[in-house]
Amino acid sequence: MKLHRVAALVILAAGGLFAQASDTQCLSCHDEKSAPFHSSVHSSLGCTGCHTDIQGFPHPETVAKVNCAGCHADASAALASSVHANIPGQQACQTCHGDAHAIVPVKDPKSAVYAANLPRTCGACHGDKKFAQQHNLPEVYSQYIDSIHGFALTKDGLLVAATCSSCHGAHDILAPANPKSRTNRANIPATCGTCHEGIDQQYFAGVHGKALQAGNAQAPVCTSCHTAHQIGNVREVSFQMKTSATCGNCHRERYGTYHDSLHAQVSALGYIDTAHCWDCHRAHDILPASDPKSTVAKANLVSTCGQCHSGAGVSFVSYSPHADSHDGKKFPALHASWIFMNLLLASLLGFFAVHSVLWFIRSKAEGSNPTRRNS
Amino acid sequence: MSTLSTTTGEAANSGAEARYYTRFTPAQRMLHAVLVVTFLGLAATGLPLRFSSAAWSVALANAVGGFSAILFFHKFCAVILSIDFLIHVADIIYRTAVKKQWGLLWGTNSMVPNLKDLKDLIGQLRWFFFLGPKPQFDRYTYWEKLDYWGVFWGMAIIGISGYAMWFSRAFARIVPGSWLNVAILIHGEEALLAVGYIFVVHFFNEHLRPHNFPMDITIFTGTQTEEEFRDRHPEEYARALESGQLTALRAEAPPAWGVRTSRWLGGAALVIGIVLIVLTAEAFLRE
Repeated sequence: MKLHRVAALVILAAGGLFAQASDTQCLSCHDEKSAPFHSSVHSSLGCTGCHTDIQGFPHPETVAKVNCAGCHADASAALASSVHANIPGQQACQTCHGDAHAIVPVKDPKSAVYAANLPRTCGACHGDKKFAQQHNLPEVYSQYIDSIHGFALTKDGLLVAATCSSCHGAHDILAPANPKSRTNRANIPATCGTCHEGIDQQYFAGVHGKALQAGNAQAPVCTSCHTAHQIGNVREVSFQMKTSATCGNCHRERYGTYHDSLHAQVSALGYIDTAHCWDCHRAHDILPASDPKSTVAKANLVSTCGQCHSGAGVSFVSYSPHADSHDGKKFPALHASWIFMNLLLASLLGFFAVHSVLWFIRSKAEGSNPTRRNS
Repeated sequence: MSTLSTTTGEAANSGAEARYYTRFTPAQRMLHAVLVVTFLGLAATGLPLRFSSAAWSVALANAVGGFSAILFFHKFCAVILSIDFLIHVADIIYRTAVKKQWGLLWGTNSMVPNLKDLKDLIGQLRWFFFLGPKPQFDRYTYWEKLDYWGVFWGMAIIGISGYAMWFSRAFARIVPGSWLNVAILIHGEEALLAVGYIFVVHFFNEHLRPHNFPMDITIFTGTQTEEEFRDRHPEEYARALESGQLTALRAEAPPAWGVRTSRWLGGAALVIGIVLIVLTAEAFLRE
């Protein structure tokens, strides 16, 4: 606990007797506040602990707004430089923490900011289509709720599951464009890595992580492939089926050649037990074929292909899963076969298409003039 | 007309009085029927894989039971068709090497193209443009020979490349694995040629052209009428008449149930083929 908060508590607790006596006076009018306040985290502070301008009874018609920052200076300062800075005054705290007189500790399941309740609390604004449009924000609440994090929290009761604050922070939420933001591109691997032990290390060992560290603005981070709020379960077929296309968003040419392969054709028919990008290239610690440690380095292909094709030999792995029949330089035999087959197809079908049309016309002409038949 | 007294009074159409002549043996008809069924099966299970992104492919695959089911049926049909093909090849070898029927390899009863086929092709093209008479075809016309060799070549190419993929690891022990890239390419392209040729060219030449519309069931019943014989294969007819062999070719009229079955099964094959070629064309143009 912060020093000045301790000091404030000590001072207020010292005046406890006075406060108690004073509370009785307050509650003679403000009775409705009694029950929630006495079970709140602030009950020991008494009424005047927060309503500091009230000296005695009766108090003036108008009283000053409570300043939470008097005790919660850090949170208040963080909020003031956050995206939520422009929520006016005392109301800002209540927007998330709820009724000022009923505030309970964060760990209390009744708290509006208790892990299991937080998405709904944030969703009050961020689940509102109109609000999202107004502020040019995606409507993230429904996306989150249907994500693996949302399911873990709401369906499985996993309090360790990521909620809004796990990634965005609580008081100090910054816009993703801000380099200090937890959700800034450069910081995302570290943010996700706070829970996903080891994955961030794998990521930084791979081409994508290295590119990010080298300052490549195009380098994909966790959210580029997994999305930010709609994160699926990587063990589900529905997720796995979509991953190759995700890689294809950037790797267009490679995705194109993959698309022409038997692996992709089988996959397109809804059969998961076939090679997708990550099966050969891995997901997080992707290395270029030139790296001897890479799963697709020449020396490792037998074991990589052998994951599915047991008994695959050196000759077998000279099959190219990304062959391009249009590329005569890299695949001369394949390209020649492609030209030959297309010429054969076009000439044979072309000739007989014309042959058939002529025959049809001639037969019709003959039909109308039976004397010519067999002539 | 005919004085032939047939016992099949219920024979289709005006057939009761027509003379019938054998064109195909029961074994040949059986080989063709197996070819029809397995080819349709191979096309129906192969095209969804070739055009796997098309909506109908996924629907068809799911209807059959997914990719593994499709692959099973594809391989099953492939094995049956391979046996069908090998029986035919064995028969040719037996009839030439053992029975010394050298006429199978060259001459009027042979499938091997000769100069007359070229002349007939030119004659047919001239006839299309009203520049000459219709050619006098012999036992096998040039387009029938092309059908035959197209299927022969196709089965060899598709078969070899298909088995190479099926037994890819063994195949890669004999030749470089990079040949599998070529195998998958020519398997797919040759298959496109095969479905295009069979479902458009063969269907038109033998069944859908105005003279034969909607279908010619000779390959199913094995017989043709005297009129059909004279009209379609005048050279063979004239030679048979001259040599006195004509009566040896005489056959009974096909029974009504045979004609009905041929029309139903042949018609179903035509419809399935046409549906498949329409789907193929749609997916091909979309690619």
